[in-house]
Amino acid sequence: MSTAFVVKGASLYGDAVGDIAVVDGVIVDAAPAGATVIDADGLIALPGLVDLHTHLREPGREDAETIETGSRAAARGGWTAVHAMANTNPVADTAGVVEQVWSRGQEVGLVDVFPVGAVTVGIKGEHLSEMGAMAHSRARVRLFSDDGHCVSDPVIMRRALEYVKAFDGAVIQHAQDPRLTEGAQMHEGEVSAELGLAGWPAVAEESIVARDVLLAEHVGSRVHVQHLSTAGSVEIVRWAKARGIAVTAEVTPHHLLLTHEEARTYDPVFKVNPPLRTQEDVDALRAALADGTIDIVATDHAPHADEDKDCEWASASFGMLGLETAIGIVQQVMVDTGLLSWRDVARVMSETPARIGRVEHAHGRPLAVGEPANLTLIDPQAVYTVDRSHVASRSHNTPYAGRELPGRAVATFLRGAPTFLDPRFEGAFA
Amino acid sequence: MKHLLGTETLSRDEAILILDTAEQMAATQEREIRKLPTLRGKTVVNLFFEDSTRTRMSFEAAAKRLSADVINFAAKGSSVSKGESLKDTALTLQAMGADAVVIRHWASGAAYQLARGEWLHGCVLNAGDGTHQHPTQALLDAYTARRHLVDSPTGNGLDGLRIAIVGDILHSRVARSNVYLLTTLGAKVTLVAPPTLVPVGIGPWPVDIFHSLDAAIEAQEIDAVMMLRVQRERMTGGGAAFFPSPEEYTRLFGLDGARLARLPQHAIVMHPGPMNRGLEISAEAADSARSVIVEQVANGVAVRMAALYLLLAGEERP
Repeated sequence: MSTAFVVKGASLYGDAVGDIAVVDGVIVDAAPAGATVIDADGLIALPGLVDLHTHLREPGREDAETIETGSRAAARGGWTAVHAMANTNPVADTAGVVEQVWSRGQEVGLVDVFPVGAVTVGIKGEHLSEMGAMAHSRARVRLFSDDGHCVSDPVIMRRALEYVKAFDGAVIQHAQDPRLTEGAQMHEGEVSAELGLAGWPAVAEESIVARDVLLAEHVGSRVHVQHLSTAGSVEIVRWAKARGIAVTAEVTPHHLLLTHEEARTYDPVFKVNPPLRTQEDVDALRAALADGTIDIVATDHAPHADEDKDCEWASASFGMLGLETAIGIVQQVMVDTGLLSWRDVARVMSETPARIGRVEHAHGRPLAVGEPANLTLIDPQAVYTVDRSHVASRSHNTPYAGRELPGRAVATFLRGAPTFLDPRFEGAFA
Repeated sequence: MKHLLGTETLSRDEAILILDTAEQMAATQEREIRKLPTLRGKTVVNLFFEDSTRTRMSFEAAAKRLSADVINFAAKGSSVSKGESLKDTALTLQAMGADAVVIRHWASGAAYQLARGEWLHGCVLNAGDGTHQHPTQALLDAYTARRHLVDSPTGNGLDGLRIAIVGDILHSRVARSNVYLLTTLGAKVTLVAPPTLVPVGIGPWPVDIFHSLDAAIEAQEIDAVMMLRVQRERMTGGGAAFFPSPEEYTRLFGLDGARLARLPQHAIVMHPGPMNRGLEISAEAADSARSVIVEQVANGVAVRMAALYLLLAGEERP
């Protein structure tokens, strides 16, 4: 493999056109003679994307996704780092499991896999897991979540928020009041009323977000809201930030694009948690991402085996694929609409998530000399139709099948090594 | 019509065609030999993922009186204990050559998923899906109301009639099907329920809402009142019960002799069954001359014959 190459004529951050020369995984001033040339005319160069919310399913559900297949999907989507959620089997609630996930990620070598540790043992919400051991393990865990479940007990949440301060960690919360959402199937509103599917009310998220920001303020900790999905949650986070509370929030591509109207098909590919909301919520989420109230985009990439989606809506698992389509959706709903520039995309999909995850020493770095060559090239003209049978993920539960997206990643590099190359570049690194 | 899944997309003409066809079917049931040869050679599968002896019997009687071959398939499988999947069951039925599948399922949307045609090609008749739709129940309700309340029923809708549906609207597929069908047929619908049993998001429904039966009777001239069954589990949810006690429910929403007497003289009483006597309806109301509850059962067979006939035999007349 070539150790020296130059990306020629890319639009850096969507702005000025320039070259990026790379030698031995580091961005340098100029490439040596004979270095491989990548013609990036018309492409946008961004720092490698950093996902704060990925389900890789390994260990436990390797039939749905593995660290290898998930890493490949991530590389194809332009990501160079993903944060793997803890709801595996066994749960990532010990140093042993997070080290296994971390080292398997390194072995695969397509993206850096940063394990997220469980807040409570077995994600049961009863006893704090050994977060210190995970933080001090080789996996260097900084983010903790019971994702899939909410840390609903206010005392346990308070303790967790306090405890992680010892190692500069953060609790990232799946905000869902469990009592208000027993049996819930979709957003509670006009569509659920008509379809006869049990409702997941917005207040079940908003009440937890409100409680958590107040707890974070009280104990002086930072808290991160996962997959924020309602206009009301936006208002609460906006209020908390104005008050100086250390809260950050993420939004998923699907909550920026799709609404609860999709449930009318009864196709469980649209069943996700938190559920798809109303157009008013979608509009508020886009505006909040544009004005900085919402800090980042994270995928909540959630692969599921066919049999867990090819069934009755109420029996189906929650979740949808997201890694490979995220950049196209963000381009469609944020960039092509003028709400964000590509410079902003670098911030919300790379720099800020790296900072929240405390991996900013390695990811979300500037495209500058001396920095690690973690980067992705985006073709904003590469209009394509999503095909569920052509995904890198082991699962097929993309909600965008048949949908046209405006652009996509065409090359991704992790410390200078190509982890994904569009066919147009095949040969360059032969 | 390829399928009968719900009432929300049924046009007025289609609905009246079904009701008129049901009248013809009912007429044939007065004859000495009640069996018609119309669906000879067709196979109708009753696919029941949820126990409902009376609905299954009604569909079975309807199909048999049209000379169809009937297969009853009681599939096990609830949301808790997953049995054979809907998909595998559907593939099995397809392999057996089902011309029509009558499906009752605990999951909202199950009939719609079958009708997508990826798993089987026959026509699908929704016999109740979760808390979503139960179109033949609404059709038999409309049929019954039309017979009693419309002067020359054939070819007509329910224009100008006021029909009250009382009870658990939130969990009721009967209510959802009736709201759309009755409105399409020109009736005005009033829902009467405690606020806990009215769905959030009901705004667009073409209905008036009251939170006590007395208030509804006082405010409106009601031509037919439809009492819904109150499920036991709605009362016993511990801290999450939908109303405080059966007694309070009966006080506010039960139909008894006194309330019945305050309805207009011509008003009829309906109930999809099975009834909780003493809870949503008193014995006096259930057994009164104004009650058409038993007749609803008989009409159910005629309406289901009409639906099967129209789906399977096309445009010909019996």
